[in-house]
Amino acid sequence: MTTPAQTTSVGTTPVVGPRLRRRWRATGLLAPVAVAVVAVVASPLGFVIAQAAQAGWDQTRRLLGRPLIATLLWHTLSLAAAVTLATAVLGFGAAYLVERTTLPGRRAWTVALALPLAVPEFVRGYSWVSLFRSVHGYWGAVLVMTCSLYPLVFLPVAAALRHGDAAAEEVSRSLGRGRLATLWRVTLPLTRPALAGGVLLVSLYLLGEYGAFAMLRYTTFATAVFTQYKLGFDAASASLLTLVLVALALLLVALEAWAGRRTRVTRHGALARPAPPARLGGWTAPALLALAALVGVSLGVPLYALTYWLIKGSSTTLPSASVLGATLATLGYALGAALVATAAAVPVALYGWRHGTRPARAVERVAYLTRALPGIAVALSVVFFAVRWAQPLYQQPPMLILGYVLLFFPLALTAVRAALAQVPPGVEEAARSLGTRPLAVLGRITLPLVLPGLGAAVAMVGLTASTELTATLLLRPTGTQTLATQFWVYTSGLAYGAAAPYAALMVALSVPSVLLLTRRNLGRPGENQ
Amino acid sequence: MTGLSVVDLHAAHGRSPVLHGIDLTVPDGALACVLGPSGCGKSTLLRVLAGFHPAAAGQVLLHGRVLDDGRSRLAPEHRGIGLVPQDGALFPHLSVAANIGFGLPRSRRRARVGELLDLVGLPGLGERRPHQLSGGQQQRVALARALAPRPRLLLLDEPFAALDATLRAELRREVAATLRQSGTTAVLVTHDQDEALSFADTVAVLRDGRIAQAGTPHELYHRPTDAAVATVLGEANLIPAEAKGVEALTAFGPLPLVTPGATPTAALALLRPGQLRLTADPVDGAAPAKVIGSDFRGHDHRVELRPEAPGLPDVLIASSDRPWPVGSETYVSATGPVHLLPES
Repeated sequence: MTTPAQTTSVGTTPVVGPRLRRRWRATGLLAPVAVAVVAVVASPLGFVIAQAAQAGWDQTRRLLGRPLIATLLWHTLSLAAAVTLATAVLGFGAAYLVERTTLPGRRAWTVALALPLAVPEFVRGYSWVSLFRSVHGYWGAVLVMTCSLYPLVFLPVAAALRHGDAAAEEVSRSLGRGRLATLWRVTLPLTRPALAGGVLLVSLYLLGEYGAFAMLRYTTFATAVFTQYKLGFDAASASLLTLVLVALALLLVALEAWAGRRTRVTRHGALARPAPPARLGGWTAPALLALAALVGVSLGVPLYALTYWLIKGSSTTLPSASVLGATLATLGYALGAALVATAAAVPVALYGWRHGTRPARAVERVAYLTRALPGIAVALSVVFFAVRWAQPLYQQPPMLILGYVLLFFPLALTAVRAALAQVPPGVEEAARSLGTRPLAVLGRITLPLVLPGLGAAVAMVGLTASTELTATLLLRPTGTQTLATQFWVYTSGLAYGAAAPYAALMVALSVPSVLLLTRRNLGRPGENQ
Repeated sequence: MTGLSVVDLHAAHGRSPVLHGIDLTVPDGALACVLGPSGCGKSTLLRVLAGFHPAAAGQVLLHGRVLDDGRSRLAPEHRGIGLVPQDGALFPHLSVAANIGFGLPRSRRRARVGELLDLVGLPGLGERRPHQLSGGQQQRVALARALAPRPRLLLLDEPFAALDATLRAELRREVAATLRQSGTTAVLVTHDQDEALSFADTVAVLRDGRIAQAGTPHELYHRPTDAAVATVLGEANLIPAEAKGVEALTAFGPLPLVTPGATPTAALALLRPGQLRLTADPVDGAAPAKVIGSDFRGHDHRVELRPEAPGLPDVLIASSDRPWPVGSETYVSATGPVHLLPES
């Protein structure tokens, strides 16, 4: 126990000077770096606005007043409404069955239900279109996108259900509310932030998707932007449409913030205790059947299509040399982008983690906001930047890397932040108090602790980038083909068999990142009983 | 009339048994407390009573009605048993008033919510959100919410554990008064012996899934059945003793017995720290001792001693009005009456 006398006798006065100054210097280095990184990451927004501004007021009015805009808006919003509703119902239902009932094989179901994320949307579109001629247009898009995106709701809701405390639900039961009333009045409101976050991701993906819609012959803002730019060479019109798209995305983010509001969790002390599972009894068979149908449609159909075309395609000529070349190019670009994105995410994450201050949080929030930017908007802004200010870089490898980094920075930031959250609070201060300099603390304590997390960030970004299509089509250096673009070339020519190996490779590359994501959301098996 | 009665209750987590034959009776309107270290099964007992954990065998009856007999059990929502969890578990998405009114039919909600806000001393806070309340206020709301439908039994799961010491004692008194006022039968589960002794009419000490002893706080503190119960309820000095008539012969000389008669001849005498007296000079029956530790606790000092006489344990704990410097020599004597425990 320290008495007041002891505290003063240690003599804080002589120490205050140097310590204060050193601390200031450490913050002084980190903050500008973090702000600069976020400024670069957020720059596409500025470029889109700058480019659109060049169109001039009259042209803007003429372009935005076209009936095309109304049609695109209707296509995009009606699709978003149907798909978000379907994914919310399927995602929540599946998560509840897996996390809160006595369903047999719950762990296997969790993985099976998350795995559809490993099939890129355009590969899923290909698998349906190549098997069934009737799948196209609005309902085709609803089917394909729902199957692709429901795991984005399933994973966070399952995590919320698993890590949430059962106490509130038990209190509701003890107050005379049955299981269903409790589900509706307590469980659902408590998982609302997770549900809102998942639904937001779904709608952002919908806004940005190009490949699947092009294949299904359904026009949205993203496909229109692509067509205007790539085929019409109409940059001003494309950037105006992009601006509308970005405005829609930001509106969604605001909506999500509103829907996830006033759900601050009030917990102190005590660890959350998971709820005991509800007995399914006679409902076991229907529940199993429903999940099997969901997994069958969302995972079985693409796997069947890939197998079918792989076998059928091999009877013709398998372009093995080109597969190898495309794989190497894909991995090279993806790895480069992953390393740059992770390195850039470290100072931003550190700044937010060390300083819980308002500016630090704001910087982080802006960085996360860029995840709302559709891939096509990011790609176009990189193109504009290169054309106007960095002509020598135009259609050179660094441009594609930059595009990937801008696109997947939020992904890297999330992973690095998750790794930092594992570092016990106070270890940095402890090291500093033992006389270690700030940079040495970073090198000896913090970085070694987060190294596995940084590896996960690199893997996550790299694997995700390796199946990217839209930005790659716009930014790839002349003559370079990645797996996605080569696949696109073949499917555009209806060469389904020739496209199959590329699709299969992309799915295989995506599986590890989906497993990583599942584990990060739900914790290691057996970790949270 | 019997409020709650638990008869030979067994319960298990998976294949490992947790409760081995619990017998517990709580009279109507009484406040009972289940005291035990963490992992003794007290939370499981509470969850069996509330209906969230199945009984393996035995019976749980409330006002003569069977709630669980190991084969069939009543769903939690049909038991009329209120629950106040450790940290309140208020519904974060509902206002204070909506939290309290959650278990009430819509028509009765308005009047009853106001009544309960007054009862727990939070009038006018109905529109607040849970996160706008302090820890103590949250617990009061949790209590009001549980009391709103007039439960036949209220279960409190360490409801004060997350609060700081002063607030804990204050809220404990307040809650006990509220429960007596509303005539609610309640079972409190805790590992804190102060809480158990000050809160309850009856205390049951739970150990390894069995009730080691049940009785009034006074009984348990002064007449525990074994050494373990004695130490669970507070610091204890256990001194070898021999019963002889109405007296116990100890190293401190003969001391009067609390309950003369049916006691084993070879036994341990229980002396609470307050029963030991420290003096600088030798008195009759005093043993020399060295002070090895001293903590100031405000109202007294807790003094640890190493006695230098045969027939005494290695360390004695006494409470003293004045400080004793560590290392100083003193004389320790005892005042009766003493309670005898079987030698374990």
